[in-house]
Amino acid sequence: MSEKATPAFVMTKEQEEKVQQVIAKYKGTDGALIPVLHEVQEIIGYLPIEVQKVISEGIDVPMSEIYGVVTFYTQFSINPKGKYKIGVCLGTACYVKGSGDILEKIKQILGIDVGECTEDGKFSLEATRCIGACGLAPVFTVNDDVYGRLVVDDVEGILAKYMD
Amino acid sequence: MNTVNIKINGNAYSVPSTYTVLDAARDANIHIPTLCYLKDVNEIGACRMCLVEIKGARALQAACVYPVSEGMEVFTNSPKVRKARKANLELILSNHDRKCLTCVRNRNCELQTMCEELGVDEIRYDGENKVYAIDSFSPSIVRDNNKCILCRRCTAVCSKVQTVNAIGAIDRGINTHIGSIFEKSLNEVSCVMCGQCIAACPVGALSEKDSTKDVWNAIHDETKHVVIQVAPAVRAAIGEEFGMEIGTRATGKMVAAIKRLGADKVFDTDTAADLTIMEEGTEFIDRIKNGGKLPMITSCSPGWIKFCEHNYPDFLDNLSTCKSPHEMFGAIIKSYYAEKMGINPADIYVVSVMPCTAKKFEAQRDELKGTGYADVDAVITTRELAKMIKECGIDFAKLADEEFDNPFGPATGAGVIFGATGGVMEAALRTVYEILEGKPMANIEFDAVRGTEGIKEAEVEVAGKKVRVAVAHGLGNARKLLDSIKSGEKNYEFIEIMGCPGGCVTGGGQPIVSARVQAQVDVKALRAKALYDEDRASTFRKSHENPAIKELYAQYLGEPCGHKSHDLLHTHYVDRSDV
Repeated sequence: MSEKATPAFVMTKEQEEKVQQVIAKYKGTDGALIPVLHEVQEIIGYLPIEVQKVISEGIDVPMSEIYGVVTFYTQFSINPKGKYKIGVCLGTACYVKGSGDILEKIKQILGIDVGECTEDGKFSLEATRCIGACGLAPVFTVNDDVYGRLVVDDVEGILAKYMD
Repeated sequence: MNTVNIKINGNAYSVPSTYTVLDAARDANIHIPTLCYLKDVNEIGACRMCLVEIKGARALQAACVYPVSEGMEVFTNSPKVRKARKANLELILSNHDRKCLTCVRNRNCELQTMCEELGVDEIRYDGENKVYAIDSFSPSIVRDNNKCILCRRCTAVCSKVQTVNAIGAIDRGINTHIGSIFEKSLNEVSCVMCGQCIAACPVGALSEKDSTKDVWNAIHDETKHVVIQVAPAVRAAIGEEFGMEIGTRATGKMVAAIKRLGADKVFDTDTAADLTIMEEGTEFIDRIKNGGKLPMITSCSPGWIKFCEHNYPDFLDNLSTCKSPHEMFGAIIKSYYAEKMGINPADIYVVSVMPCTAKKFEAQRDELKGTGYADVDAVITTRELAKMIKECGIDFAKLADEEFDNPFGPATGAGVIFGATGGVMEAALRTVYEILEGKPMANIEFDAVRGTEGIKEAEVEVAGKKVRVAVAHGLGNARKLLDSIKSGEKNYEFIEIMGCPGGCVTGGGQPIVSARVQAQVDVKALRAKALYDEDRASTFRKSHENPAIKELYAQYLGEPCGHKSHDLLHTHYVDRSDV
């Protein structure tokens, strides 16, 4: 039933201080959950169970609700992000132009599934909704770099730039 | 009250302005189908089965959340409405695991009923039909998401009524499913196993972990002496499984039916409830006299106990150390009864028929094996008992009444009211008062602790001392009560808490009542009335007058809270706040 066993995440002292500051800022206000999740994800990079627990206790929102929100919105991640965050657009325009095949190729090269991170922590992979670059469809992004008008054979060369 | 004038299907009605269209239609005896709607618990307009046409409105509206307004004209039955409802139902069915014949809810399923009522004669769409693993790791509750229609009734009960928050909606779109955080099993989170989610489920996505096979095996094993004990609340509801009215008292037929299953003995857990009162009453008097931890809180409800262990570890010392009645009875059956009858306790198989799913978890607790054997070997719910009776081809409604077996025989009226909220408190007060005052009470019925109010309070004068008591049922109410004690706002000496709203009569193991019927009648009040009637009809109405209990103390236990009692009838609790 359970997810893959991962070692317990422990926040650094600095991260913990920052997280507590975020909690203090929003504690007691209505609709605090989503802004808190955003800011905490900024600090930690993702939202593992240990961090969700701290938020739950901090702003008095049940874990079941937090987990529901985190899994509902694609911006939130329960898995660590890589140094290079790849986002493959699966919006309508990109999809009909073949971004599904591009995604498959990336998965195959990196050996990870959507939502996962390579073991060396270098690449993480997300499938995104429309990123508003339909004119360049199909597109994917690596951090802030956008690659467009792609065919499957372009993928290997682009990823190679980040492999070193 | 402000009213508004509306028209439904061309007829004029004057209704309270706070009503929804659904409320107004139901008052007018116009049926609007619903699936996700559970009165006062889940009113979210999600399933789109209650769609109605409202004159001037842009689209069809969900009647369960649409407020009435002056001059509104509603059509509940137009061709457009019927077509939309049916299409929505077919879309729900497109992703439903339609194995009705083998489903635990066959013939008691709101989705199945709706298919009949809406005239579904073919399944036009075939959906994604994702396959989900069945979560059967919990000793009490099985979750099969392949049957789930995402109505959210279970999550609403778990979070809003019980404040347990063990489950929620996860993911989005076609991947949406109900589960626990990080896809853990119900067994790995702070689920208290109360089973209120099962009672809320319109379909077969939630059910109790079936133990009937184990019980059949024991019955058919000739080396086993099978003792079946039945909790008070079961008699107030079992008849419903055989077409009887809600609130029918079926004690005699129930005993007759269990004997026909092949049990060697059938005992009344009420006897053990009387024993609990002797122990708990004595414990309370001792705490009052000798400065023990107060308020003392009852410990009969295993859902409540687990809730306390997860959420209020500071209160563990406030819990009575008494085991719950059926566990006490198991220990007595495997010691006193075994000795008396000359049976090796290893050969005795104790089955508890309970209105409860948490009792299945409780029976597995390591602390409850004081005789060297598990006090109780198997727990089945009222529903499972009904299933076994049906499997045996017994015509329940036509059975002649029979009596519980000796040596314990019939119990007292105090024991039987344990099944309703306030009952344990009332039973305890009847005994504590007479022990301390040394004279019979004028009126033994405590109206202040009866009824379905969420939290009830009373003050009782006992032997010149004021005893402040409180009764809470449903864990949301328990949370409120404990928080008010924690903050210093409230002070009590004695508290009864039951995990389920209404107490055991509406426990998670009881016959399931559809949302439609729940909206029309107060199930907990009707079933409780059956128990209070049985109390009034009993020869003895105070636990300390039970002849079998007197004999048990005289021949075996010595005195309440004595050495033997301590070994057999008392327990301790575990801090689970890290889960």
